Amino acid sequence: MSAILTLESLGVRLPPGADRSHALQDVSLAVAANEILCVVGESGSGKSMTAGAIMRLLPRGVAIDGGRVLFEDRDLVRADEAEMRRIRGAGIAMIFQEPMTALNPLRTIGDQIGEMFAIHTDLSKAAIRDRMLGLLEEVRIPDPRLASRAYPHELSGGQRQRAMIAMALALDPKVLIADEPTTALDVTTQAQILALIRDLQRRQGTAVLFITHDFGVVAEIADRVAVMQHGRVVEQGPADAVLDRPQHDYTRQLIAAVPPLAAPPPRALSDTSVLTIEHVSKTYRTGGFLGRGARVTHAVKDVSLRLPKGGTLGVVGESGSGKSTLARCIVRLVDPDAGSVMLEGTDLAGLTRAEMRRQSRHIQMVFQDPFASLNPRRRAGDLVAQGPIVHGTPPARARARARELFALVGLDPASADRFPHEFSGGQRQRIGLARALALEPRILVADEPVSALDVSVQAQVLKLLGELRQRFGLSIIFITHDLRVAAQICDLVAVMKDGEVVERGLVADVFGAPQHPYTRALLASIPGRGFGVARPVATT
Amino acid sequence: MPEVLRDYLRSPPAVIGLALLLLVIAMAASAGWLFPRDPLALAGRPLVWPFQNPRFWLGTDNSGRDIAAQIFHGARISLLIGLVATAIAIAIGVVIGAVAGYCGGAVDTILMRVTEAFQTLPNFLLLLVLVVVFGSTITTVTIAIGVVSWPAPARLTRAEFLSLRNREFVQAGRVLGLRDARLIFGEILPNALPPVIVYASVVMAVAILLESALAFLRLSDPNVASWGNLIGLGRDVLRVQWYVSAVPGIAILVTVLAVSLVGQGLNDALNPRLKRR
Repeated sequence: MSAILTLESLGVRLPPGADRSHALQDVSLAVAANEILCVVGESGSGKSMTAGAIMRLLPRGVAIDGGRVLFEDRDLVRADEAEMRRIRGAGIAMIFQEPMTALNPLRTIGDQIGEMFAIHTDLSKAAIRDRMLGLLEEVRIPDPRLASRAYPHELSGGQRQRAMIAMALALDPKVLIADEPTTALDVTTQAQILALIRDLQRRQGTAVLFITHDFGVVAEIADRVAVMQHGRVVEQGPADAVLDRPQHDYTRQLIAAVPPLAAPPPRALSDTSVLTIEHVSKTYRTGGFLGRGARVTHAVKDVSLRLPKGGTLGVVGESGSGKSTLARCIVRLVDPDAGSVMLEGTDLAGLTRAEMRRQSRHIQMVFQDPFASLNPRRRAGDLVAQGPIVHGTPPARARARARELFALVGLDPASADRFPHEFSGGQRQRIGLARALALEPRILVADEPVSALDVSVQAQVLKLLGELRQRFGLSIIFITHDLRVAAQICDLVAVMKDGEVVERGLVADVFGAPQHPYTRALLASIPGRGFGVARPVATT
Repeated sequence: MPEVLRDYLRSPPAVIGLALLLLVIAMAASAGWLFPRDPLALAGRPLVWPFQNPRFWLGTDNSGRDIAAQIFHGARISLLIGLVATAIAIAIGVVIGAVAGYCGGAVDTILMRVTEAFQTLPNFLLLLVLVVVFGSTITTVTIAIGVVSWPAPARLTRAEFLSLRNREFVQAGRVLGLRDARLIFGEILPNALPPVIVYASVVMAVAILLESALAFLRLSDPNVASWGNLIGLGRDVLRVQWYVSAVPGIAILVTVLAVSLVGQGLNDALNPRLKRR
């Protein structure tokens, strides 16, 4: 099979003052027709830069400084702007991570797909309309006629991504570049989109360059794999060879960091519960004047859960399932409409805000976004010491304790004087953990604490959380959308859908023999399900 | 902070603005030393043109007072009015905007309706009313200017608070058990302040202009040597001895320009998105 798109020792230079001199160095890749090449790597590995370099859409100050990009015997590095415009869309098409920002919010879907034909072909209006509806049908959007008249915000995330794919495939491109196309989607939608891409690629014989950070997705879809690190391709080859017999150390590390779906042997659980949630509900009402046209959203519907002392309860579900609202109800960032949250005899849901402030030392929260959850204008040490100081610890002692906690979460105590922006994402999440632990809480509510982290960092933070749990006797409520992560860290798991808990139980039971159809659908949607199950458990 | 300073000094207009502002400050500081006599005392023949008499190098006004002395002493008044009125306006605006943005709901609605009520009145008319009612001493004029200038900073602060109050670091503060006042002033305000500081330069420029406009209508304090008073006096002889109004006019122009350039420079230096242009 001859390659359609070939990259020959491509180099891309970064502007002076960046953290390294080159975004890409000596990158050689080839994609043949009817083949999916997955480029996989962590953030900063240069995988998205590769897509930008091929399309010659690089940020200001970043430029190609060596090598060739061969597409149908032409070197795109030397092509002029007019030639590139003809190739983009028609020869090489691209789909992006976030379809909402890639689509124009002021124009209908049909209009935007039709534009592809209007620009690149001489078809009549009626012909364009037929082709457009045909495409929407092909990407299996329910009711194409209705969808073509819809604006981007009126479609769901999955439908928007389908529309983007329809747009990309409009002109039968030889090559499709997909830059993390399913990262922003829920796991069940992701499975459908992956199947769609695979199916379209088979039927039309397109060459697909698929960029992702997720080895599960790689295992699901790739024919061949290229692993990137620091702007270099460290290993490439057929998918099963790279995944099962990785040669390079970095590939081995990455694969080892992917949590296997199988749960580790269960831990003994205490019979006494530290936190009992009973019949908690939260309803949001938006819009409407005097009750007319109001939209009612049942974010959390009559949820009852029990957290055993020293145990970890995972709450899993897709976006909009109410799992984050539930977490916020527990720590009273959101006031529940009904129900009780009993923490050793005190009903947190019934406390006034002043009383809740006093109780807050017993129940702490770790947030998802390591960049947004730390006040950028405070030093790391002060962030950690703040809680104890508010609760009456003398400042000097709180600061000394903060330094101890820094050592405990694996940070250099001397770095307590630095500001949050001087730390990496994983280090920031450690600061967030230290801040929560400074109050010596009995319960930790962790809302997607590792979702924003690269897979290797994710493994480290999960390991740390497991250690701290033992050391402090913590009981944890762990909110996550990632079932692999839940399998590793949780003792119990509750599956949420549309604000309700549809299934609960021991992790091994729920994941091993799911009862509810939704749980089964969730588990079946995990990309690369079988991948990594046989490996020994990496985290405890 | 040194990083902000370095970014600031990289922009030529910002440096020019800073130099002009320092010049005005130097004038204000040296007024008592260069012109020790009362600037409003009679000094010589009236209406001497500039550069005619070495004793009055900027000439004299229609009652024979030294224009140069009035310009130097006027710098003190203008800067004083600018700074104090701005401080008043920003203080009121930040508190109202912060409370409205943080609390939301009914509190927000009430405070914003009050703010809008102030905004619908042209602020110069409101200023005239206040000065007519409370008299036109330099103190009341300054306070009145501050009181009519707060709605815009209030709305700006509120907008910043609206976007910041749901950030995770604020939620983290609440979970730690911080009180509302501490969350507002300790956690959110430092992050909301940069655009407000930049806007303060606009408020200051407008405050100086408002005082001049009042003085032009002879409604400002006649017992101080302000630039506006001098322009007001020059009005009577505007067609022939235009310099009486023009010289203080240029002083106002330079000061307002300096303050605006400094504000623009601060904006560019404090706004990280503009850094790589």
